[in-house]
Amino acid sequence: MFAQCADPSTLSGFTWMLCYLTSGKHLLFYYSFGTVLVLLAVTAPVALGFGFMGAIAARAHNPVARVAGKTYMLMVRGIPDIIFFMFFVIALDQLLETGLHYIRCPDWTDPIRTGLEFKVCPEAKIPPNSAPQIFHQIYGFGLAVVTFAIVFGAFTANVLYGAMNAVPRAQLETAEAYGLSARQTFRRILVPQMWVYALPGLSNLWLILIKATPLLFLLGVNDIVFWAQELGGSKTDSYAYPHDDWRLWYFLFLLAFYLAFTRVSEIVLARLTKRLSHGQATLAGEAMRKAAA
Amino acid sequence: MTMTCTETIAAYAFRSIGFGERMLPKSDFTLCQQFTLIGSGLIWNLYYGALALLAGFFLANALALAKSARSRWLRKPAEWFIFTFRGSPLFIQFFLGYQAFVLLPKNGIDLLGVTIHTDWLTKAWCGALVVLFLNTAAYSAEIFYGALRSVPKGDIEAADAYGITGFKRFRRILWPTMLRLGWPAYTNEAIFLFHATTLVFFSSFPAFRQQGDALYYASYFADKTYNPFIPYPIVGFYFICLTLLLTFAFNAVNKHLNRHLPSNQRARIRLRPQLIR
Repeated sequence: MFAQCADPSTLSGFTWMLCYLTSGKHLLFYYSFGTVLVLLAVTAPVALGFGFMGAIAARAHNPVARVAGKTYMLMVRGIPDIIFFMFFVIALDQLLETGLHYIRCPDWTDPIRTGLEFKVCPEAKIPPNSAPQIFHQIYGFGLAVVTFAIVFGAFTANVLYGAMNAVPRAQLETAEAYGLSARQTFRRILVPQMWVYALPGLSNLWLILIKATPLLFLLGVNDIVFWAQELGGSKTDSYAYPHDDWRLWYFLFLLAFYLAFTRVSEIVLARLTKRLSHGQATLAGEAMRKAAA
Repeated sequence: MTMTCTETIAAYAFRSIGFGERMLPKSDFTLCQQFTLIGSGLIWNLYYGALALLAGFFLANALALAKSARSRWLRKPAEWFIFTFRGSPLFIQFFLGYQAFVLLPKNGIDLLGVTIHTDWLTKAWCGALVVLFLNTAAYSAEIFYGALRSVPKGDIEAADAYGITGFKRFRRILWPTMLRLGWPAYTNEAIFLFHATTLVFFSSFPAFRQQGDALYYASYFADKTYNPFIPYPIVGFYFICLTLLLTFAFNAVNKHLNRHLPSNQRARIRLRPQLIR
């Protein structure tokens, strides 16, 4: 990156450190923090959407939808989430490829599952074997996002279901008395009021989601944990920047990153709670009203 | 060579702790083998969960007291400990723990003529247990701290009126009430601690002679058969059973803690899936 870094073996002390920390691989390490942030930015709204649909389904009059919604909500309660992460990534991949297999190669006669193998025709491979490395990475990342969204959607569904039930019954009855239809009541009365009840649970989930991001590493994405392992391991003299095993320091850095991220999130969420409580028929809202008067 | 299911169970039921058949099945996987080996791995999950929970309970009580202490020197370290372990991913804690334990001197530390062995800490059965213990202590401490702060003021005033003070007041009045108020949340913590033991498989701690936990064997089967639809649901099934068992046991304790209250005031345990780490 800098001109004086051209020959690392001549450097020492501070300049060595500066050049080391700006080497090409370290830049990839810094970019991978972006990967984590992108994952959070994409997953959070998708999971919220999944959760919203799950909660609506669980409240539905239609028994089929209700059972489906409740099952989705229940699935995360008894089973470790990590099992889902392991399961969904392989299962989704195989489902997609099986589907493509039937569409693109209807004449293929060999069975897909033969004892120890899962084999689809070459045209059904996602991404195609010939595709450049970057597409494999993007596909892996996409699978990870969907998996995160499914699992966290189930958690979110739990929170939103509770929040919808927490909106005072009288509010909904008043809406009905004014002649609002079920749909209007839902959109204009229930949804705007539920957020303040959902916020403590959602804040919790956000903090959990942040802490779940190292699981990207398990899903095969080159995330910050991958690079910390890679860069921290001891490097012999054949490398440009030889050093001992520094993984402890890299992981301490990751720890500090997560703690800082958690702290900042807590502060922002506390402000948001205050904002949403404004004018609500809750204790917090009442306290704010009294303080202003 | 085919085995009947009874033979499989005899050969593999304690495979994860070093008894029975050494070779893992290589081909022709049966459902029975998968159930037996994954169940065998579950022994490790139970071991980590139970011991970490038991030891963590005591540290959590101490931390909760320290956090509510008036002295800064007690309060600040407890607050930082709890924040560090609750604010960072368990996964990173495992990695960090392993790297730190590896750096300890190999031959043990000589302290006043007694050698403290440190090589245990780099093995999963001890190192991962220590990390889980510290982690659950921090989470439980926050629960107990919250419960301690919600002990009714009247209880303390009544104790004062009766002349119960100092440690006796803590042991007879504060502590039982704190435990009672915190118990439903603590039940959830226990359940999710057991769930968290599955992460040991991904920590750097090596699995010794293919003796791993439930997830270790599940991923072994998933890798060999390219079929995730059987082994992972089996793990799920085992954990649902474990969750039900834990809820049952903790419910019995909850009943005991609430036995003096009229039935409509008793705390009920509700599963709140918000505690994964």
